[in-house]
Amino acid sequence: MSEDRYLNVALPKGRLGEKVYAAFEKAGYPCPEVMENSRKLVFENPDAGVRYFWVKPSDVAIYVERGAADLGAAGKDILLEYAPDVYELVDLGLGKCRMAVAAPENYRDDPERTLRVATKFPNIARNYYADRGRDIDIIRLNGSIELAPVLGLSDVIMDIVETGTTLRENHLAVVDTVLPISARLIANKSGYRFKNREIRRLAAAISEAITAVSMTAAAKTAAATEAKIQL
Amino acid sequence: MKLEELSASLRTLYAQYGYRPYKMSKFEEYELYSGNREFLLSDNIITFTDTDGKLMALKPDVTLSIIKNTDVDVRAGATEKLFYSENVYRVPKGAEGFREIMQTGLECIGGVDGYCVAEVLLLAAESLRAAGRRFVLDVGLPGLLAEVAARVTPDPEVQGQLLKCAAEKSLHGIDAVAAGIAAGASGSASGAVNAAALEALKTLSCLYGTPEETLGEAERVAAGLGLAGELAELKNVLAALAETPAKDDIRIDFSVAGGRNYYSGIAFKGYVEGVPERVLSGGGYDRLVARFIPGAKAIGFAVYLDTLERLMTPDTVQDGDVLLVYENGSPAEVLRKVQQLAAAGLKVKAVRAAEAAKYLTRYGRILNMGTDPALNTGTDPASGFGAADTGRAGEGGGGK
Repeated sequence: MSEDRYLNVALPKGRLGEKVYAAFEKAGYPCPEVMENSRKLVFENPDAGVRYFWVKPSDVAIYVERGAADLGAAGKDILLEYAPDVYELVDLGLGKCRMAVAAPENYRDDPERTLRVATKFPNIARNYYADRGRDIDIIRLNGSIELAPVLGLSDVIMDIVETGTTLRENHLAVVDTVLPISARLIANKSGYRFKNREIRRLAAAISEAITAVSMTAAAKTAAATEAKIQL
Repeated sequence: MKLEELSASLRTLYAQYGYRPYKMSKFEEYELYSGNREFLLSDNIITFTDTDGKLMALKPDVTLSIIKNTDVDVRAGATEKLFYSENVYRVPKGAEGFREIMQTGLECIGGVDGYCVAEVLLLAAESLRAAGRRFVLDVGLPGLLAEVAARVTPDPEVQGQLLKCAAEKSLHGIDAVAAGIAAGASGSASGAVNAAALEALKTLSCLYGTPEETLGEAERVAAGLGLAGELAELKNVLAALAETPAKDDIRIDFSVAGGRNYYSGIAFKGYVEGVPERVLSGGGYDRLVARFIPGAKAIGFAVYLDTLERLMTPDTVQDGDVLLVYENGSPAEVLRKVQQLAAAGLKVKAVRAAEAAKYLTRYGRILNMGTDPALNTGTDPASGFGAADTGRAGEGGGGK
């Protein structure tokens, strides 16, 4: 666990992480090196007092919970699945999608049978069906979840749905939305205490940057709609 | 400092304040834990069947054993103050299996008054100070937060969701739960949300800082809901601690109990810089103690020593002081030399020449039975260097 005055931030590798970094940059915590293609693992900006590193998205919560990072950006799906002991300070509103149950287009549920659910998120699936009193058989897969019902491995799948294109291409349809998902700014509980001012200042700045971006987007949509009406 | 030394200094500290040591068996009847599950940190318990067929458990918790076995004459106003240093067996959050966890702590049971509460908080702060790092003791009132949540909605399930979000300092989470109530998602009949209570919950869950920075705001918010009285005990305790060193170490955090049902009155958690999780946890637990000792109140805390392990400096970088290398000496002669060196207070290991190579960096000084003049002149081989003089200062050793 770090004791320096830097704020250590774990960014999820990939497109979501790039968007998250853009929000940090906009909030006044830039470190342009982060976006350069290099073999470096850790990127620092001493002026902003921030240090970034890229980690696998599903590992962000572990880095933060164990104190290797003070802050991180993790999807709500990961937070619900692993239930790390961290603070969830800001809904970043990035990487929006939903956790959903999907089944073949012609699927009819038989409540008397144990439901076979293929998923990467066994804990979320277990809690969701336990709340409904439904007996399920969880089939834990690590990828290509959509294949499971096509081959008869499972009755339904529980997975993240963004646009629904993959589902449609495989003749699957959403039968239930479990919950909406987006990336959250999470903080280590001990770091929150010893770098309290810095973390709260950053969380407030990020919140503001995110709101500004979404308001700009909303204004653009409104302007576009207005332009269409005028046409 | 080593963990054992820290544990010993904590035991001395507690004894100085009139706490008596409490020693207990490694196991208890399983029923004790199964009947009080909501007060345990983890649901997993190691059980076994005793020779008489009784189901037993390796203790996952110390407090339950203490209050079950302690007799306090509450009517006579008696108070029992006990401390312990025990190993418990449970699955830590996020761990893959059972672990043996070293835990030290204290319990104050019976006629607990304002002084007792202040004393326990002072000892909690001093326990954290003993680790020798920057630390904070976060103090909160789980009852106040629960009461505010109850004002938001009458539905206990939704109150639980709100308190969980409060414990995560997730304002957007609280808003989402409130939006769910308004939309009738929870199945609650009214679907109405008390907006003032909702704002109060959000403010209180995110309030963090010294009492001077936070209490005014907390009072204002609580008074808005007619709950200012809930802060009285906390204010009295803080006033009692105002003249002690602990006053600078206390932070107010109303979400500190994490929505758990365990604590009544004041709850607190201790954090030490460099340790990613809480090092100390405690609070009042009147509801639990009343099950065993009617009319009694109780407050206590546990120091999770295992979390401090990484902060402790290793005992020494070397295995010992002298490596005595022998080849053909008679066993009696080697034994005589080893005895001489040991008698001089040195840690000595005798090895054959063939295996000496792997130990060379782990010992302060190497003596060879065949060639070393110090060993062959008939003079005392231990003379000329003491236990502290390893003869290799600066080389680092690094044998461990």
